[in-house]
Amino acid sequence: MVKITFDDQEIDVPAGMTVLQAARLADVEIPVFCYHERLEIAGNCRMCLVEMQGAPKPIASCAMPVNEGMVIRTKTPMVDKARKGVLEFLLANHPLDCPICDQGGECDLQDITMGYGCGTSRFEEDKRAVPPKHLGPLVKTEMNRCIHCTRCVRFLEDVAGVPELGVAGRGENAEIQSYLDQALTSELSGNIVDLCPVGALTSRPYAFKGRPWELTKTESIDVMDALGSAIRVDCAYGAVQRILPRLNEDINEEWLSDKSRHACDGLKVQRLDTPYVRDAQGRLQPVSWEDAFEIVATRLKTTPAKKIAALTGDLVEAEAQVALLDLMRGIGVSHTDCRQDGAALDPRYRAGYVFNSTLAGVDEATECLIIGANMREDAPLLAARLRKRYGTGALRVSYLGASLPTHRDFTFPVERLGEDPAFLETLLSGKHPLFERLKKAERAMIILGQDALTRPDGAAILGRARRLAEQCDLVKEDWNGFNVLHNAAGRVGGLDVGFVPGKEGYGTKRILEAAAHQEVDVVYLLGADEIETGALQNTFVIYQGHHGDKSAHVADVILPGLAYTEKDAHFVNTEGRVQKTQLALKGPGEAREDWRTIADIAKRMGTPLGYENVKELHERLVRANPAFVKGHDLGPQPWGAFGDEQAPLDKDVFVCNKTPSYLSNPVTRASETMVAVMAALKTPCTGKGGCAHG
Amino acid sequence: MLKDQDRIFTNLYGDKSWHLDDALARGDWAGTKELIGRGREQVIQEMMDSGLRGRGGAGFPTGRKWSFMPKPGKFPHYLVVNADESEPGTCKDRDILRFEPHKLIEGALIAGFAIHAHTGYIYIRGEFYQEALHLEEAIKEAYTKGLLGKNAAGSGWDFDLYVHRGAGAYICGEETAQLSSIEGGKGLPRLKPPFPAISGLYGCPTIINNVESLAVVPTILRRGAPWFAGLGVKDSAGTKVFCISGHVNKPCNVEEELGIPLKTLIETHAGGVRGGWDNLLAIIPGGSSVPLLPKDICDTITMDFTSLSAVKSGLGTAAVIVMDKSTDIVYAIARLSKFYMHESCGQCTPCREGTGWMWRLLMRLAKGEGTFADIDKLEDISYQIEGRTICALGDAAAWPVQGLLRHFRHELVRRVKKAA
Repeated sequence: MVKITFDDQEIDVPAGMTVLQAARLADVEIPVFCYHERLEIAGNCRMCLVEMQGAPKPIASCAMPVNEGMVIRTKTPMVDKARKGVLEFLLANHPLDCPICDQGGECDLQDITMGYGCGTSRFEEDKRAVPPKHLGPLVKTEMNRCIHCTRCVRFLEDVAGVPELGVAGRGENAEIQSYLDQALTSELSGNIVDLCPVGALTSRPYAFKGRPWELTKTESIDVMDALGSAIRVDCAYGAVQRILPRLNEDINEEWLSDKSRHACDGLKVQRLDTPYVRDAQGRLQPVSWEDAFEIVATRLKTTPAKKIAALTGDLVEAEAQVALLDLMRGIGVSHTDCRQDGAALDPRYRAGYVFNSTLAGVDEATECLIIGANMREDAPLLAARLRKRYGTGALRVSYLGASLPTHRDFTFPVERLGEDPAFLETLLSGKHPLFERLKKAERAMIILGQDALTRPDGAAILGRARRLAEQCDLVKEDWNGFNVLHNAAGRVGGLDVGFVPGKEGYGTKRILEAAAHQEVDVVYLLGADEIETGALQNTFVIYQGHHGDKSAHVADVILPGLAYTEKDAHFVNTEGRVQKTQLALKGPGEAREDWRTIADIAKRMGTPLGYENVKELHERLVRANPAFVKGHDLGPQPWGAFGDEQAPLDKDVFVCNKTPSYLSNPVTRASETMVAVMAALKTPCTGKGGCAHG
Repeated sequence: MLKDQDRIFTNLYGDKSWHLDDALARGDWAGTKELIGRGREQVIQEMMDSGLRGRGGAGFPTGRKWSFMPKPGKFPHYLVVNADESEPGTCKDRDILRFEPHKLIEGALIAGFAIHAHTGYIYIRGEFYQEALHLEEAIKEAYTKGLLGKNAAGSGWDFDLYVHRGAGAYICGEETAQLSSIEGGKGLPRLKPPFPAISGLYGCPTIINNVESLAVVPTILRRGAPWFAGLGVKDSAGTKVFCISGHVNKPCNVEEELGIPLKTLIETHAGGVRGGWDNLLAIIPGGSSVPLLPKDICDTITMDFTSLSAVKSGLGTAAVIVMDKSTDIVYAIARLSKFYMHESCGQCTPCREGTGWMWRLLMRLAKGEGTFADIDKLEDISYQIEGRTICALGDAAAWPVQGLLRHFRHELVRRVKKAA
């Protein structure tokens, strides 16, 4: 600890801090533009100048380390004059277009000028004109407003690891630009909009959609990937206008992936707003809820339980899954599965399907083996965290999996172990040096991705990965290095409530096969859209969900539901962390909360679920899995012999997920922005075999 | 006046060959092994005793700079030789590189030994084409003779020297920007602290010295610190190469003792001011970045660090720019402002936005289109830039303008009045 004085206030701060960080501890306000606690220090805006006793010139507090006995003055005439000077310089060439600037109302330059500026400008020359830059469909530029803080450059270079922006030119001709006028390819590019302290970089999809003071802000949880990032949903005029990240050090820090941020325009279109039933001519006709309930209840009642199956999708909350499970088990149906992608996840042991090390655990990891996971597609923020840890020099990463397209490849050096799953055998035999490294590392982790688990030999890979974790002693008292990385927000919740095949029940693959052979007559799809719907041609399909997507096209009855911004619902992220979304706005038309719809069907059938309100439903969730108890911690999870280590491995090499992440769920497929991003990412794919990135 | 036997740069005008054989004949590389054999502490102490101050402009004592170098640790140490001589008016390093390259190479070896560096980089200005060729050739000669490389000059110290060519940016002469440039990045000055002696090139301890500072080192060590300290005046010891340009009859580079009266310097070596001393208007005594001095100060001023800073100017690189009465002094300073606007790296706000603003104001005032308010505004802006930036380019841009306002405000007022 060192003692430092701010304007007669003495404070002890940890050594190694900068003066600015110490000032924040002491609640002394120092205005900044270029400084950001998660980016490298640039020290170029000169807004944070303060007076240091003994120094002839003012010092940049963001870059000056604290020293014992330092005396800092922040309210002297010299500091005041320096701040006014810097603001006058910044505003010299900054257009006064606040009334038409999207940053208006949440602009650092506005705020700081109000607080520290001199009110008028003496600049009488012509203002500089800087042409806008093309940065793709997400980031809109108005480079006249740029104050050259280089936060965007530093973010893309350091955090995202994709140095796509830079400063070209010198002096007053310096401009931020992408070198070849190309769209940004980073999957985290939306964050530079948040970082920009002025209106130079604004969100293109959100352009002129609303003013900050008009928005209703709701704190919620993201479901576009399985991390469950903390988000804020900003609504106005009856629609979600934008989604911003919230701070959550354990998950997303303060970043958000482009998919989570920008898919929200898909919530406005393709929505199912009333129940439909297919008529004799094969056309979907709107019906009342009463009629829909009647048709569904009758159908389920009159069909033998063995000929009924139910599947749940990627965006379905735990409540609806447990309700559907209870409905199905109540009438004796055991063909139920929440793994619509056929992933070989073993529901028996929770440690076998969650990310045991926790996301924040990556910050301690020293050795990491990634198997069959396309990190930047499946969990961009986890990829950024791995990069951050790699940057400290303490982490070594090895990768066994498909060759990745250039724009989704690792942003830091990794040891490539090839594309052949047979390598796992080599590793298990202890013949590869990685085995010893995993064994000896203080904090080693294995990340098993869905590209590996959805293979036909997924169970074999899961079993071998488990044995590797055991042999390398990764499962300790205070650390579990075995991790499954999910890419669907609803999956862990589904496994937690037990939405898996019952006794003699079929899994996804068998259900679809059985449907094709008319062995199964009725299929209840709860938000399950990523299945081969061709198999359901001759089946009676009940589709419950919020988007008129693939499965709605083959449905015989459609029951409209609510999207994640329209309900309070529990999701369990890949770590097994239970989080709740918040209702931000009402759903469209007659769409209802899914569990209530299911409960009503059950009541109509004369087999009520036994819970009628949210409290009772929550009690049911807790009975299904203690993880849902409020305040439940991410403790050690039950470990057991999951997977199938004896089953043979396939000869096929790993391939990356057939669906690009930007088109992986009904919301993103309905989103114009996501389609535009896909078009901008026309980079040819280097992945081999069946990859659809190109 | 410097006696001929005290001259360090005996081939400053290229009368003789710059090659190794002639350099040896002039006494370069004489007993380098013994000089290094004195040991590190002794060499640094000798440099401190000699009173040598850096010749690149800032005038920081060279010996003291070397003494800041930490003990050898995990990382290698580096020596960087700043040969990016770009300050308008300055052309001393150029002649050293052209005609006395072996003095620099020998100095680099000794400095490398003193600061535990096995590797040195000479960052040479991109426009110095012929000079770079000479330097590379000279380094090759030194390698051939075993004066560089393993066991350089038989001293037991391994030292490699590389030439790195710049691409023509003034800012790359700033020491930390130079490091960024050598590393392959954009030439942007870095924040200090950490100082290069702690974290410099590739994050390793680094000393950056000017060409002239290093080129005089071997001679100082050979002839002894007292000899060098005995030349010049208090706090400004030794000799210095002055570059005299502008309205003089014979512009030249000349090695002289520090503390020589400016008038003597010009009249003895440069053939006097064009049209006689009384035709003098003003002199910039230390390269374009120091404030100018009007004739009445020039009459008596001596060329050393102390007396020049006493009149709010500086010795800088000792590039004397002489302007006679035919000069449009406002336009002349406006031209310098334009230079700094063009060379600002654009990193810090005050310099990026302020240098162009000052130039535009000065041009208005030069054309007689300015107002009284513009004069005050110009002065205020110059003080808002000075001392507010990462590197000294902001200061360098502000000082000439401040010099103009200090000594020629009446001229600005006259032009505004005339227009009114």
